[in-house]
Amino acid sequence: MTVAAVIFYLFACTAVASGLFVVLARNPVHSVLWLILTFFSAAGLFVLMGAEFVAMLLVIVYVGAVAVLFLFVVMMLDVDFVELKQGLAQHMPVALLIGVVLIMELILVIGVTLWADDSSPLRVAMAPAPEAIENTQALGQIIYTDFIYLFQSAGLILFVAMVGAIVLTLRHRSDVKRQSVVFQMHRDPAEAIVMKDVKPGQGL
Amino acid sequence: MIGLGSYLTVAALLFVTGIFGIFLNRKNIIVILMSIELMLLAVNINMVAFSVHQGDLVGQVFTLFILTVAAAEAAIGLAILVCFFRNRGTIQVEDVNVMKG
Repeated sequence: MTVAAVIFYLFACTAVASGLFVVLARNPVHSVLWLILTFFSAAGLFVLMGAEFVAMLLVIVYVGAVAVLFLFVVMMLDVDFVELKQGLAQHMPVALLIGVVLIMELILVIGVTLWADDSSPLRVAMAPAPEAIENTQALGQIIYTDFIYLFQSAGLILFVAMVGAIVLTLRHRSDVKRQSVVFQMHRDPAEAIVMKDVKPGQGL
Repeated sequence: MIGLGSYLTVAALLFVTGIFGIFLNRKNIIVILMSIELMLLAVNINMVAFSVHQGDLVGQVFTLFILTVAAAEAAIGLAILVCFFRNRGTIQVEDVNVMKG
């Protein structure tokens, strides 16, 4: 077994195992942490395949943004997670059945592509990465030329998502006192102070 | 020998884990969202594996866009979740009937 194979099995096993822990963990905070480990392992697999740019993007976008977002929401909401876990044993048989059926189908598909008699044209050797040009540079060269409209629309999607998330969660609470600069600037001493003639021993 | 098949197997396992998680945690919408992220990650692994296998970079470009859409989806989903929790005080998926759908 070569070093690459050992590293592949390390990352692959970590990814699959931590993916399982994401769905099985009792505490959602632990789920998010396992999700981060899954993304890190997947980024390792990407590096192993020679797609460094996508790997780094995965770490930045998922671990840096999405996972932190999940952590914030999980910790911000005051939810009784024990109650949410109650139907677990009841849902387990159906979930297992669907999972097993699906994985059988996928094994059949992958098996057919790999070991069928007429599949050899499908199975070209992994193309070695061109030495002259790096992955990031090659991606940049096609993203900004051939895929410029897709790139722009991706930016638009992110913009709409940002605006949508802000609109959904922003609220003006009426019971909170806020600073009003205009009101502060228009105060004048004549109205701000009221002189009272208080009699001794009586008060107001 | 680590080839295309190995990567496809990992992706298939992750995808099935995601579906399994959706069916298992039917009440907890946060874990459902995380399962969807797992499934999208599996799709991304497939895309990159085929892209490297065929020596065509378009697969990696599409991975980039899937990543974008996944991030947007997570942000919007969690925003809706926070909004719903403020209004109802619960995130039970079975109680979601505000729109009488």
